[in-house]
Amino acid sequence: MRPDPAGVLTGAHYLDGDFACGEGAMAAGCRFVAGYPITPSTEVVERISRRFPAMGGTFIQMEDELASMAAVVGAAWTGTKAMTVTSGPGFSLMMENIGLAAMMETPCVVVNVQRGGPSTGLPTMVGQGDVMQARWGSHGDYEVIALTPQSPQEAFDLTIDAFNLSERFRVPVMFMMDECVGHMTERVVIPEPEEIDVVPRVLTDKSPQEFEPYSVNGTEIPEFARAGDGYRFHTTGLTHDERGYPVMSVDCQETCVSRLLDKINDNADEIVRFEEEGIEDAEVVVVTYGITARVARLAIDLARAEGVKVGLLRLIVIWPFAERRIRDLARSVGAMVVPEINYGQLVLEVERCAGGRCPVVSVTHGGGGVHDPAVIAKKIIEAGASRT
Amino acid sequence: MSVDTVGTRTDFPAEPPEHPTAPYLRMERIPHVWCPGCGIGTVVQCFATALERSGVDLDKASVVSGIGCSGRAAGYLKLDGFHATHGRAIPFATGLKLGRPELLVTVFSGDGDLSGIGGNHFIHAARRNMDLLVILINNFIYGMTGGQNAPTTPLTAKSSTMPFGNFEPPFNLPHLAASCGAPYVARWTCLHIRRLTWTLEEAIQRKGFRLVEVVAPCPPLYSRLNKLGTGLDGMSFYHDNAVIKHGADTRDLGIDFQESIVCGKFVDEEKPTFSELMDTHYDRVLGDKYVPMAPEGGWLHE
Repeated sequence: MRPDPAGVLTGAHYLDGDFACGEGAMAAGCRFVAGYPITPSTEVVERISRRFPAMGGTFIQMEDELASMAAVVGAAWTGTKAMTVTSGPGFSLMMENIGLAAMMETPCVVVNVQRGGPSTGLPTMVGQGDVMQARWGSHGDYEVIALTPQSPQEAFDLTIDAFNLSERFRVPVMFMMDECVGHMTERVVIPEPEEIDVVPRVLTDKSPQEFEPYSVNGTEIPEFARAGDGYRFHTTGLTHDERGYPVMSVDCQETCVSRLLDKINDNADEIVRFEEEGIEDAEVVVVTYGITARVARLAIDLARAEGVKVGLLRLIVIWPFAERRIRDLARSVGAMVVPEINYGQLVLEVERCAGGRCPVVSVTHGGGGVHDPAVIAKKIIEAGASRT
Repeated sequence: MSVDTVGTRTDFPAEPPEHPTAPYLRMERIPHVWCPGCGIGTVVQCFATALERSGVDLDKASVVSGIGCSGRAAGYLKLDGFHATHGRAIPFATGLKLGRPELLVTVFSGDGDLSGIGGNHFIHAARRNMDLLVILINNFIYGMTGGQNAPTTPLTAKSSTMPFGNFEPPFNLPHLAASCGAPYVARWTCLHIRRLTWTLEEAIQRKGFRLVEVVAPCPPLYSRLNKLGTGLDGMSFYHDNAVIKHGADTRDLGIDFQESIVCGKFVDEEKPTFSELMDTHYDRVLGDKYVPMAPEGGWLHE
């Protein structure tokens, strides 16, 4: 459906990634944001807190990130689209209630503008070290969706996609920006409302008597009722049955948790997104995401100048992982090179999917800056040489 | 009535009449998890009665609990019920209230949940005057996990993690809430069922951050570890040692081990809530440009 025009700032703008992300959220219909100040993400909520009063939205600065995430889950259960924004240390605090959102099947968006870690790390400088935490950070088994923009324009576009995916699959969606994209200012074109697709919160049309909050009837995603409409439903972070009532049993655990995984994994082909450049005849493929994809393009140019046939696979959705595509590519290419601003996180997934069919080379960077393209190029050239 | 006459009655109805509180409970979930002699069920009953008397639209009433024995209340009340994470009932409820301002949102949880792990949220919600009714059951101990020391355990009382007696000074919860600006603060024990019900009925009609603390016995843990007898002994203790002092200075409301428990309504004043402050402020500074969130929620659609 079309968005509420009040949230859509149509036009060509010169925006940084943080502001563009905030605009994307408002265009997607987000009308509740709870957050706690943390560099380098704060500009997102600064933008929103300035614009929300004119469009019926509420921003509240909570006492910490635990509270921010809890408030977002609460607000989402009123049918209001909700988001929180943070960086590494705050992301760690949010994990508890991200797990609650996953367990209660709550549509919401969590923005993490990544900085160098661990701990307080590099507050004002870039990192990509939270990509595994986005997937595994809360305890127990669950699935999420995570996206990584490479530019302010994508920060806008993909934030809308993040909301849409959260609505479609009733899951918390991690929007994994990085400090470079967050603080980089570029042209951002915001289309007319008529050109934007927004997935609305679909409310059940069942009567309160026949409604059960976690009944799926052969589908994978239950229908949603919001607080205050007379359904008088119950929901809990405990293992629960179709009625949302806690049941402490092996059978209920299996039914309850496996569906949280299946609803994402079974639909991975619909969710997974990536972009390929020069893959057709490539002997080496660079697999990367976020700001590092832009650095990798420079490295690819350098390696091509040396005669290496190299292409780029840029991951847009990192969770669920582009498993099928990596597996297929591993059969046809000579090597994969995986630069990322951490000591080797998503490269583990690439290795797993490649399954030994081709060498996988990790190009690490501890954070605080981006890779030197020459360093990535050297790895590409070495990988190409070992191929021939 | 003698035993004999009870035994010879023949006019029992085929089906026992429905319990008056049944319409407010998820009867399919009864029996509940609470132990014999526990006070939490009594408070649920008082709250249900208060809801009935207040005449509020139950479809617009939500209850949020954290984790722990009292945290199970949201699962038994037949309202929109949210069983959130440990300590986070208040911020979860804050999101519910702000996301759909027309809701009556009640937080029903325990002393460990709300004043221990959730203590930071408690004081900030009171400071903001968030429009929440907070029913806090204080049984002086972490019950669900087996009787560990709580931020409310009286000095010298024993718990499983203070086996030689507690040496940490406890919170005085009414004073904590009042000093953060809460406009409505009361305390009863679960012996005071009529007074508690009146207070809850009144608190439902008030707005802003309303704290109703209810002291309740925990026979299998707090009472057992401290050799205080059964639940009934706990009630007898409240009967003999509860002192009703409406309007008491909240600084004087600390609870010492097996000493008097001051009960009553200590604060009842009118103060603008978070949402009222926000609306008033934005109306003043933004004028016609200000669009408040709709009572039924933000940007709703078919």
